Order: sequence, then C-alpha cells, then structure tokens
Amino acid sequence: MLHFIEKTLSPRPLPSAKALRAGTTVIENVSRRGFLAGAAGFAVALQVFPARAYVSYDHGGLTMPHGVITDPHVFVAISPDGTVTIVAHRSEMGTGSRTSIPMVVADEMEADWDRVKIVQAVGDEPKYGNQDTDGSRSLRHHIQPARDIGAAVRKMLEQAAAKKWNASPDDVEAIGHQVVHKSLGLRVGYGELAEAAMALPTPARETLKYKDEKAFRYIGKGAVQIVDLHDITTGKAVYGADVTLPGMLFAVIARPPVVGGAVKTVDAEATLKVPGVVRVEQVPGAPMGSKFKPLGGVAVVARNTWAALKGRDALKIAWDNGPNAGFDTPAYEKALRASAGAPGTPVRDQGDAEKALAGAARVFTREYYQMHMAHAPMEPPAAVATVADGKCEVWGPLQSPYGARVDIADFLGMKEADVTVHVTLLGGGFGRKSKCDFAIEAAWLSKTVGAPVRVQWTREDDIRHSFYHTTSVERIDVGLDKDNRPVAWRHRSAAPSFLSTFAPDEGVQHPIEIGMGLEDMPYEIPNVRAEQCKAMAHTRVGWFRSVSNIPRAFAVQSITAELADELGRDQKDFLLEMIGSPRELDWQAMGLGQAMWNNGEPAAEFPFDTGRLRGVVELAAAKAGWGRSLPKGEGMGIAVHRSFVSYIATVVRAKLDPDGTVRVPEAHVAIDCGFVANPERVRSQMQGACVFAMTAAMHGGVSFEKGAVVESNFHDYRMVRADNFPEVVHTHIVPHPFAVHATGVGEPAVPPFLPALTNAIANAGGKRIRDLPIGDQTKA
Amino acid sequence: MVKLTINGVAHDYDGDPDTPLLWFVRDELGLNGTKYGCGAGLCGACTVHIDGVAVRGCLTAVSEAAGKSVTTIEGLSPDGNHRVQVAWRELNVPQCGFCQSGQIMQAASLLTENPSPTDRQILDGMQGNICRCGCYQRIVSAVRHAATGA
Repeated sequence: MLHFIEKTLSPRPLPSAKALRAGTTVIENVSRRGFLAGAAGFAVALQVFPARAYVSYDHGGLTMPHGVITDPHVFVAISPDGTVTIVAHRSEMGTGSRTSIPMVVADEMEADWDRVKIVQAVGDEPKYGNQDTDGSRSLRHHIQPARDIGAAVRKMLEQAAAKKWNASPDDVEAIGHQVVHKSLGLRVGYGELAEAAMALPTPARETLKYKDEKAFRYIGKGAVQIVDLHDITTGKAVYGADVTLPGMLFAVIARPPVVGGAVKTVDAEATLKVPGVVRVEQVPGAPMGSKFKPLGGVAVVARNTWAALKGRDALKIAWDNGPNAGFDTPAYEKALRASAGAPGTPVRDQGDAEKALAGAARVFTREYYQMHMAHAPMEPPAAVATVADGKCEVWGPLQSPYGARVDIADFLGMKEADVTVHVTLLGGGFGRKSKCDFAIEAAWLSKTVGAPVRVQWTREDDIRHSFYHTTSVERIDVGLDKDNRPVAWRHRSAAPSFLSTFAPDEGVQHPIEIGMGLEDMPYEIPNVRAEQCKAMAHTRVGWFRSVSNIPRAFAVQSITAELADELGRDQKDFLLEMIGSPRELDWQAMGLGQAMWNNGEPAAEFPFDTGRLRGVVELAAAKAGWGRSLPKGEGMGIAVHRSFVSYIATVVRAKLDPDGTVRVPEAHVAIDCGFVANPERVRSQMQGACVFAMTAAMHGGVSFEKGAVVESNFHDYRMVRADNFPEVVHTHIVPHPFAVHATGVGEPAVPPFLPALTNAIANAGGKRIRDLPIGDQTKA
Repeated sequence: MVKLTINGVAHDYDGDPDTPLLWFVRDELGLNGTKYGCGAGLCGACTVHIDGVAVRGCLTAVSEAAGKSVTTIEGLSPDGNHRVQVAWRELNVPQCGFCQSGQIMQAASLLTENPSPTDRQILDGMQGNICRCGCYQRIVSAVRHAATGA
C-alpha cells in the first residue's frame, strides 16, 4: 500500500459529475497523471531489455519503487560443494513466499531443491528491488523475475561448461544440478562450474531460454514444503523478539492512550525501585498524520522483560489526551451514517443514476456498517536495535524492511547507509508490520541508553495502539424498473482514510481505497454512481489484510442476496444475472475519470474479466451443491469479489445452534488467481483466510471511548478458536497455464467470506446481519 | 532461590520468584521457542509442560515450578521428532509459525492424557491455543494423525 500512498499523498481531485455527464469521460488529474508519468519513466529505466520473450509481460512490480531486480549475481550464489544459496528478499509472514519465490528460481535454473539454502535479504531496495511485502504481491510481481534469474543462472552454467569442454553452447544442457554434454555424455556438477559460471556477465534477457512448463519439477506441484518448517516445529525459528544481543536491555513503553496525546507529568519513583529496572525514558511523540513515527510515552528499560513490565505498571503518568479525546464509537457511527445518507463526491458516474433512481418503480436501500479492527498478529510488535559508533542495526518482523530503514534513519538523523535492517520471520503481519513504529522505538531507545535494546509490545499495547482497519458505512440504493430489473445503482461510502496517517486529514479516501470495490463494482447495470462521503479520522488508520475490500464486498454481496430474496429469486442465479455478460470492464464506459486502480496492475495484462468472476461463482456453487436441501437451522450463503486481481467466490454452509451460536461446518472457496506456483500454500491461505474472515465477521470490533481503545486482550477482542471455526474449507483452484498471469493469494479470500457467512446465517433462518461484528446478534 | 529442572537440566534461580516461566526461559535461559502472545493465559503461545502437563508459561511463576520438571518446545524431543512434531510437518500445518510451539506442546500434553481423543475432544483440548493465521483445520488433522496415524 505504502508506495501508492506516498506517490499520491494529496488525494486526487475527483471527477466532476457535471463534466462526466457532459460526456467528458477523460478527466485530467494532476496527481495521478504525475504518478503515471513518473512510473512509466521508471519502468523504462528498469526494463533494460525489450521485454517480450514468451514469459514476459508488464506487471505492477515494474512500477513499484526500486522496481524489480533480476540480476542473478544479486540473488544466487553457488559454492564449490554445489550448495545453491538463493536470497529471499520478501518478508515471510505465513504466506510461504520466502519458499515459493526461491523455489521458482531453483526450478528454472534446474537446481536440486535439497541442495538449496535460503538467506534473507536485509532491507536494501536499490540492491534487491522492491521489498514491501503487502498487497498480495509477492508471487504476482516476482514469479516472472524469479524465472528470469533462474534462466540466467542456468545459461551461465551452460556457458561455463561449454567453455570447459570447448563445446558449442547448443551441445550442452543444464539438468538436475549438473550440466551434460548431450552427445559426448560428459557431466559436470554445478559446484564445479560455480566459480567460472558466476564470473560470467549476466546474459541479456532476450537471449534467455525458459523451461517448458511441462518440465517444471517444483513449480505448480505443491510438494515443496516451507523452508522454515523444521525450525518452526522445534522452536528454533527466529521472530522479532528472539534476537538476543550481548548486553541487551529490555524495554516496554507506556504510550498515550489517545492518538495525539502526550505525557503531562510522570512519576517514576516506584518504577526505579523495581529490581532490574535500569532507566526510564520519555519517548518523543508525534501528532496524527506523522506516518509511522512512534506515539511517544514513557519507556521502562530493564534487565529483563518481567522487570520492565513491573516497572511500567508502577509508573504514575498524567496524560494530556489531546485533540482526539472526544472520539466515541457510538457517536461516530451516527456521524458516518449521516454522512453516507447524504450526497457525497462522485468517484464514478455511469449513465444517470440520479435520474434513473428518481424514475424507478421502486428503490431498494440497505446500509451496512463495520467497526475499526486491529490486526492482532500472534506475534505482537517487537524489535531489537543497537546504535553504536555511528551505525544502527535493527532486527525485526518488518513487512517493509527498506521502508523501515529509511524511517529509522530519518528519525535518528542518520544516513541511510549507516542503518542496517534485518528481517526476522514475522509472526503474522496482516498489514500491522508494514508500520515500523516499534522498530523506530527500539532504535531510538538504543541510541538514547547506549546499549542494545529489545522493545516488546504487550498484547494490550498491540490492540490499543494499532493502525486500525477503517470503520465504514456503505449505503447502497438500487433502482428497479416496473419489471423488477435493476436499472440504477448508487453506492455511498463513508470511511476514514489511511491518508490521515500520512498527511493532515481531509476526510477523503485515497484512490486505492476507492479502487477496492467502490469504483470497480462489476454489475451490468446501466446507471451506476459511486460517491465517497466525508469521514474524518480520529485514530491511526492503516491497512489491514484485504483493506477496504472487506466492507465493500460485505455491502455489495449482502444487498445482492437481500434483493434476490425481495424479488423471490435464487441468490446465486441473481448474482450471476447482476454480473451479467462475460466481458472486460471498460473504465470509460463505467463513468470513471481515469483507469481503474486495478491493484496497480496494467489493465491490458490484468483485465477485470467478468467471465472469470462468473466462473468462480459457478464453480463454488457446483462444488458446494448449491440449492440442495439442508437440515433445519442450516443455510448456505454465496458471495464473490475480485481483489488483488484474483477472483474468489465462497460458499459458506452455516449452522445455527438452538442458542443462536453460529457454526461453519463447511466452506467452498473457488479461486481464480492465474497461474499457481504453489497450490499447497494457496490451499493453506484459503483455509486461513476463512478463519481470519470469520473472526472479523463474528468478533472484529475495536471501540473507542473518549478517544481510547476499550478492548485490550483476547478476552474482549476475541478470536475464532479451535472449538468453533470453518471446520472444512474446500479449495477449488481454477487451473491456468503460466500465460495467465499469477495474481494475489494472501488477501483476496477474506472479503467474500464475510457476506457469504451472513447470507448463510439469514438462509439458515437467522437474523439478517448488516452491522459487523455479528457478536451476539444471532442470539435471542 | 528456586530450584527447578528445565529440559532435564537443573537450574537455580535467585531472581524474582514471581517471574513467569515464560520470561524465565526466554530472557534468562535463551530458550526462545516459547512465545509471548498475550500474557494473560488467553492464547496458549507460551505453553510449556510441568511434569508432562501443559501449562501457560505466562501465568505460571517460577516459584510454582520449584522442584518440578519443566519441558519447553526445545526439550520435547531430543531430535525434534516427537510424533506431534512429525505430524505437524507431514500435514504442513504452520503458516507464520509463531503459535506453533504452543500448539505442539498443547497437543503433546493432550495425547499424553488421552491417547485416542475424539474429534470433539481434540477441538476442545486445543481451543485455548489461538492461531491467527487460521491453521485449525490442519491442527486438528495433525493431532488426529499423531494419535492414530490416520
């Protein structure tokens, strides 16, 4: 997310409705145009080779900051014993990309996976290319570069062998960790060739030959296990708080309960008497809109974590709660509803929705609400830092290690070159660990106390000082003609934006938030208007797995089922009818001022294809046995959403216990995410996304009282647990060749699950849920 | 002075006897496989065994383990091949992996107490261990697999 935000920090001017209605479909937009022009220039600089080999296609990775690097000398080393070391430059938070991208390199270079070692890159984007691990981008942006790297190494090994044998390059072939001479039967191992091969210049991309995908050993097979599996199951895997340095001190921080608040007075007398407490330091804070700068507060630095915790408990702090001390969730919900109940600023204006609504035989209106949510990764934020001799070294579970490096250097007033950021495994990320406030705290504290410091966030810290998922009201009006055909669709969205975390808040959403299910609503309805309605932020808003797609899919897919019921139609048939004909969405025909955001992907290569959207609906429905009769108290719900360029339909079978407890015995997830590198990890992501989404649906709500978060730990910020979770998730992957580009996997299965669940609850005879979380709403 | 055994090794601890086992094994012994997740006995990431029975390391003071034998994930099996660990690998359970030490310790204790649990007993026995990545389907299968080989 981050780069898109920074590129377009001032929200784009919105298309003028008048201009759109006058038929001026192309609206010039300074900030967005500037972004595209800059991005295009960058892509040209990066694409050293005329990139039109058979695996080559344009993708959003080329326009990311620092783009994509495919130099094999950066990513691959071969030692004389034949060990192939491959650099993983993306952060591992559970999706498996630390395994899957190197696996693609290894396969393409004909390396034996058992002889491959993975090393994790430090945060260094000028060297490795973009490392910002979010947006479900790792395979989407790196499967092709990984093939380039592997093919280049293979060619270098073949060249080295040909030279050794004085043979024509056509007579040699790399296969299974060695190069063979095809006619003479000579063989030489990669280890023996390593020095000569790796001394060769990188072959030009247009000279590379790629493996036929039928010859893949690992790619697409799902048999390669994650590289950290043994360490994880034996307790050896290293996460943020597992790094230990000699002389390291342990710190916890009491942060202002309200964002923008500050310490008025602090009495640390009792704290300093706690055995093991070494120092108490006041951490500088920052107002809202300061990106990832720490919140400030009072740090207790001790000889161990327990002493630090006891010392923090003993602090007496008077807080100045600052400008957000009036933030109360119930009042804010009312304000959001009022905002979404009035005209906003159009972001899409196709046909004339106002006129069509005014002339409709009837208008069907529904409003959906979702609360703020905290990511709550199992590993709370933690980082270790040492600042000494003008250098800073940091270890942490960071989704964007280079971003952290830049931010730490900035905060400490150091040169980027003097800051090194190591990436540990992430004990879950979900967007929280894109924000490096905790690593900045560790670095600042180490500099201040003159010793290595580990900063540990408690669970309470994590839930009370997050960068929260937005809260929103999504209000949709559907106009029907006298034959009950939908002729108008108006969607008003009121949600505070994560822009407020980066700049003074203007109460408007960022193009990428608009791009997540608001502007790209795919139904084939002649008159469509989407508006964003003002909503000011009063806490730190960040991105959370699947981001604005969650409330948008919830609203769009809920009203579709509600309207089907209203019209006496089958919900799945009606959904397909709303999607309409198989076609590629055309932004100009959709009444957009500019091309759809499309998750940063070029539409020419990654079109929004409603045929594929229909395909997953039909697949999930067929696999689930949509329409079959179910026992009393059970119901199926269906929902579909395209996000992160992937098409996912989910059918949930829900069961209501007599006391109203919601259970999910089964879900079917149909995913069309293009070519799949590792189907086993796609299945694990689908299973996990259903659990994550069930938590969001059932329990996901952080509430504010006088500006401070009420919830604090897993007793009141509840999680789906092993005694009630989506018990069997069936994943149905639409098979594709490599030519159908890989898209996102980590996030897109979350959004459709929520409305599929609430639709299922309604179909099971339960209450129609329009406000999330569900909580006790199904109980009598 | 608290005397206790951790993974078969005798330790004397003269620090704060109220220190939770979690912080003792992590900060004093460097056994970092035991994880902090909530500090309140709500998530199970810190699960260790005392005399073979699963307890929450964040709520158990060192003094409560005096004279007892504590096992952490590092000591569950000398070669890392406890049947639960093997099952975890065979079924590709972990995603991010952070909660898995606690999950494995809980599952090992569950199977010691009840070698052939029903599915319901597995679900109930594992409900105290949160996995935010949502590996429950595989966790339940892996416990069953470890118990029965199925």
